[in-house]
Amino acid sequence: MEMRTERHGGALLVHVADARIDAAVAIRFKDAMRDVIMEPSDRVILDLSQVAFLDSSGLGAVVAVMKMLPPDRPLELAGLTPTVEKVFRLTRMDRVFTIHPEAPVATDPGRLHAL
Amino acid sequence: MPCDPRITPDGAELQLVFDSDPFAVRRALAALTTGLAPHLPVPTDRDTVEIVLAEVLNNVVEHAYRAGPGRIELRIRPTAEGLICAIADHGLPMPGGMLPQGLLSTPATTDSLPEGGYGWHLIRMLSQDLCYCRDRGRNCLSFRLARTQSAPFQ
Repeated sequence: MEMRTERHGGALLVHVADARIDAAVAIRFKDAMRDVIMEPSDRVILDLSQVAFLDSSGLGAVVAVMKMLPPDRPLELAGLTPTVEKVFRLTRMDRVFTIHPEAPVATDPGRLHAL
Repeated sequence: MPCDPRITPDGAELQLVFDSDPFAVRRALAALTTGLAPHLPVPTDRDTVEIVLAEVLNNVVEHAYRAGPGRIELRIRPTAEGLICAIADHGLPMPGGMLPQGLLSTPATTDSLPEGGYGWHLIRMLSQDLCYCRDRGRNCLSFRLARTQSAPFQ
């Protein structure tokens, strides 16, 4: 799982570089995110604009990441591609997460996490 | 009772046999996406096909073959009514001999949101004529994927 983190003000911006978050990598995604969110921030924005496909295992992993965070540190999503958007809509997860059409522009340079 | 009499072993269908491994499922989905592209000119239909097949195949890997690996057989036939899909495996039967309802829970807090159980909901939302049978140690699942459909969920 390859991820890159940047800062956008008080938010930790996490760019997922893999094209799929599916059953084959859902656990690795969750483990990678557990490490990534160690960096303190007010909120976490997960940029999914490079993710063309996410299945229910991937969805479960995103829910698990949200539950790793305390209630006052929300997980927000950005840049959902059409298939990913469809999975969130059909499972009504689009009502649970704040979803931004696009990831915000970073205010600080980032770090690469290859996990 | 056969799962779907419209599936017959002639040349007009796409067939794949592969191992019950999540990366083999990935490769199968990639092959199907390419193989079915001429039959699925509308992007939303391609999404539907990939979502449903991924969920069905992952269920076979994770549940039917949870006690040990095996082979998965997949056949897809394009028809005027949509894609007729049949999946067979020699794994464990569905609990109670029935398909899960795939109901979404509506917890009061996000803390109690489930981290799984969304797969059958997606399958049921996006497929038609869903049928399951157990026949001589084999699980047979069949369904139809209509083309150019809009999502039924409000």
